[in-house]
Amino acid sequence: MSEKAKGTNNRPNLLDLLTKRTVQARQSVSTWEEAADRVGKLLVGAGKVEQRYVDAMKQVLRDMGAYAVIAPGIVLLHARPEDGVIEPTFGMVTLATPVPFGHPENDPVDIVLAFGAVDKQAHITALQQLAKLLMDPAAVERIRTASDDQELVSVIHSLNSGSELTSGP
Amino acid sequence: MRIATLCGMGFGTSMMLKLFIDEILTADGIKAQIIPWDLGSFKGQKVDIVVAPTDMGTHLKGYDGRVVLIKNLVDKEEIREKILAAIGELKDT
Repeated sequence: MSEKAKGTNNRPNLLDLLTKRTVQARQSVSTWEEAADRVGKLLVGAGKVEQRYVDAMKQVLRDMGAYAVIAPGIVLLHARPEDGVIEPTFGMVTLATPVPFGHPENDPVDIVLAFGAVDKQAHITALQQLAKLLMDPAAVERIRTASDDQELVSVIHSLNSGSELTSGP
Repeated sequence: MRIATLCGMGFGTSMMLKLFIDEILTADGIKAQIIPWDLGSFKGQKVDIVVAPTDMGTHLKGYDGRVVLIKNLVDKEEIREKILAAIGELKDT
């Protein structure tokens, strides 16, 4: 399997994908399914994925287990390109009250991330930027405490600006 | 040396793990081929080290090779410590 980089021109930045349309703060949900629906609805609303993609993300979690809870309080949901992705996309919903996703150690979750990939390459830059963001506990704390959508978007964008994360192709 | 990073589909979690491990090994001057894989197509593959989320450990029981399980996939220190330990063991044998 070839993992050679093919340049970055067709790899959008996280900041171009995590926008006002796909970010929501302090949502109230009572189950993990509702949480997944909430972030899925944003991606569908932005025209980036079909509705069936949202169902596929939930099915993946049921089939594969809760390893998608990648860190304490943080879940990264996704399914396959062929499950109905139209364009590469990332979404984020923070929860007012954390809900369990079924992970033995990293539950409960209050940062719900989702992405849609069209292949194995186009989302890589954004995924890498997201990983760097999540690696920084102070950044995660600011995301967690942002009180409304606008603040959450601002926080995400301020965290990224000035770092190598915004360096485009 | 071949290292596989695993997740359910091969382009989310496993890709993230690959990105981290690439960075860690480059910083330490260690050369390795790191391949993200989905659990389904990984079955039967032979690599030196396989890295996966803790929650996936049960699927790797009895795997003939070193298995590294990561609890917090954005904790670079946990990943660094565990992957370097596994590489060290590999060199000892």
